[in-house]
Amino acid sequence: MASSSISNPEAGPNRLRESKSKNRRGIGIDNRIEDVKIAKTKWNTEAEQQIYSLKLMEALRMTRENLPSPAEEVSPAGRSAVRRTADRILAAAARGRTRWSRSILTSRLQMKLDSNRHKKHKRLKVTGDIRSKKPVARKRLPAVQQKVRFLGRLVPGCRELSLPKLLEEATDYIAALEMQVRAMTAVAGVLNS
Amino acid sequence: MSSRRSRSRQSGGVSRITEDQIGDLVSKLQQLIPELRSRSSDKVSASKVLQETCNYIKNLHREVDDLSDRLSELLASTDTNSAQAAIIRSLLM
Repeated sequence: MASSSISNPEAGPNRLRESKSKNRRGIGIDNRIEDVKIAKTKWNTEAEQQIYSLKLMEALRMTRENLPSPAEEVSPAGRSAVRRTADRILAAAARGRTRWSRSILTSRLQMKLDSNRHKKHKRLKVTGDIRSKKPVARKRLPAVQQKVRFLGRLVPGCRELSLPKLLEEATDYIAALEMQVRAMTAVAGVLNS
Repeated sequence: MSSRRSRSRQSGGVSRITEDQIGDLVSKLQQLIPELRSRSSDKVSASKVLQETCNYIKNLHREVDDLSDRLSELLASTDTNSAQAAIIRSLLM
């Protein structure tokens, strides 16, 4: 009895893991994409939006408690704090399954650490990127390649990603952003009345 | 997972990934973008889809920024507890 009750809820992820390991032998990208689709967050559901709204309100409440004065709230710093909180809660809703969400969550951590360490490590990272990009070669890239690069820069954490992976991440990121806009619009509407 | 990631990097050139697969993903992306959803996929070039995707993401970023500004203003004028209560009430109805 105990074994069957344990095996049933695990049947889903285990089946996924099995099919993933089968596909590792190079059957094709399509199957892998299908597997990953099943595991990702469904951004277009009402439930997901409601959960996001609630978590966002709670996080904003906690951020407010840490602000030194009420005037801070409408300052540029206060506004960007709301934006960062909204992005952080959105990334958390992805439950670590997408690259862009993991990048948002770790970059917050990096920024917090860097502010203590005078941002030395972050600067090193940036120069490393610029050196490897070879500006001369960039001019010669065909238009499509340029757009792919631009897209990689727009989606967090997806600069040096293969095209299929990048398109996959962009698809999920767009769906998540749309939900974020819907949720925040609804919240603003409620607070307005 | 790291082996999977390094394998996709090795296949970074077009050799491992077929044009069909890319075309497939591009058309899936096209369905997401409101601008291009109505147009048939054979009339829209990949370059156009990518361009519109970038524009769409930039627009969404801007919308989120504007909404964050609005929310910070709205929250500044009310106390958070009643704001939270109003949100929860609206979700329960």
